[in-house]
Amino acid sequence: MKEQGTFRVKKGMAQMQKGGVIMDVTTVEQACIAEKAGAVAVMALERVPADIRAAGGVARMADPEMILKIMDTVTIPVMAKVRIGHFAEAQILEELSVDYIDESEVLTPADEQYHINKHHFKIPFVCGARDLGEALRRISEGAAMIRTKGEPGTGNVVEAVRHMRRVMDQIRQVIGKADDELVVLAKEMGVSLEMLKEVRTAGRLPVVNFAAGGIASPADASLMMQLGSDGIFVGSGVFKAESPERVAEAIVQATLHYDDPKVLAEVSRGLGEAMPGLEMSSLNIADRMQERGI
Amino acid sequence: MIVGVLSVQGAVSEHLKHLERCAVETAAVKNIESLNKVSGLIIPGGESTTIGKLLDIFGLAEEIRSRSLQGSLAIFGTCAGMVLMAREIMDGIKEQPKLALMDISVQRNAFGRQRESFETELEFYSFDSSLTAVFIRAPLIAKSGPGVKVLARVPEGIVAARQGNLLTTSFHPELTDDLRVHQYFIEMCQNI
Repeated sequence: MKEQGTFRVKKGMAQMQKGGVIMDVTTVEQACIAEKAGAVAVMALERVPADIRAAGGVARMADPEMILKIMDTVTIPVMAKVRIGHFAEAQILEELSVDYIDESEVLTPADEQYHINKHHFKIPFVCGARDLGEALRRISEGAAMIRTKGEPGTGNVVEAVRHMRRVMDQIRQVIGKADDELVVLAKEMGVSLEMLKEVRTAGRLPVVNFAAGGIASPADASLMMQLGSDGIFVGSGVFKAESPERVAEAIVQATLHYDDPKVLAEVSRGLGEAMPGLEMSSLNIADRMQERGI
Repeated sequence: MIVGVLSVQGAVSEHLKHLERCAVETAAVKNIESLNKVSGLIIPGGESTTIGKLLDIFGLAEEIRSRSLQGSLAIFGTCAGMVLMAREIMDGIKEQPKLALMDISVQRNAFGRQRESFETELEFYSFDSSLTAVFIRAPLIAKSGPGVKVLARVPEGIVAARQGNLLTTSFHPELTDDLRVHQYFIEMCQNI
């Protein structure tokens, strides 16, 4: 008897991606560059976050036509994004048989109150989080993988660092808590006590946790890995750079050898102009994608 | 005796934990120096194109190959590891790098995409009870040579096999609590 779409199968898919880099791509050509550079998966979308930010308006799920073309071209897994709470978009992506769905704050949220009930799907979901509470709430809704939200499309790693540090710090706090203290913490975080106990026992999130949102250089990737990420999402950082091929390959190598400054120095050399970055203070609160869907 | 896990990309920590639970000394193998210390090497699940590419860049592929051919290294490849160990990959991209050690032809993503990934009970070699096997975008052995012993099957084909010091499974024994496949491999390493 085959059992499809069990949580173990969904979570296992993310475990196979650990130590790898997942790259945003908008065309078949970009998907090929990512695969050739050694990406473990591609995220197929209409525009990279930097362009979504620049374009404004409502950002939706990508055209299935484009997603299917990319699925036909590369052998690595293909992910795609849906709007927060937009379960109909997710049903469409499940029908296309994409390998992973990102319920993403990069797109315009469709539901300001509810996220998708991800337990209803056979396809695994990844969701963004800024702290442990958000991460565990998404997992309780069925997310099989977590990533930091960071601040997408900025080329500025500062928010991803903040979110990863916060999650790690909160996990350390949970490890040190007694049962009765956990009860209060569970209430504060809006998560179940069982889930916090699971975190305390494992000493980590119950699912794989990647870094995302502002990673633009091999050094950024190394920084996030050293802070405890299981892997890296690169959005605009590759294809908004001067030489995407070289930046893609360098970020893959830097993620693998994140703790080896010699390799990092080597792969960081002569990569050309990185993507232009945005200073956080120049962003209006309304333009901060990370505030969406908490 | 030390059993290593190729620590390039994929389910590395899961395999290390299983080995530790089997009370064997472990090592994360990332370079030739660490490879030289181990009697056995697990090539974990991950993305075979990624792992293969990085193996080539750091010269590990050649060293693993030559140690295996000399008979001084037992290898256990799960999922992506199977793809890398195979002599022939039926649908890989052209420049797909491979260790080409085992006399098997492997079909990548043989069961379909992630939606079709599954878990099931199967009989494994001489184990006295069935095993829960987790298949994730898993490959399948479509053809195997005369020196290859089939250890497990599903209706679609062969999912575990052994050839001398080489062991491979399409599925992920590191994702369940069952340690028997790892113990089986450790015994292989002890006889190196």
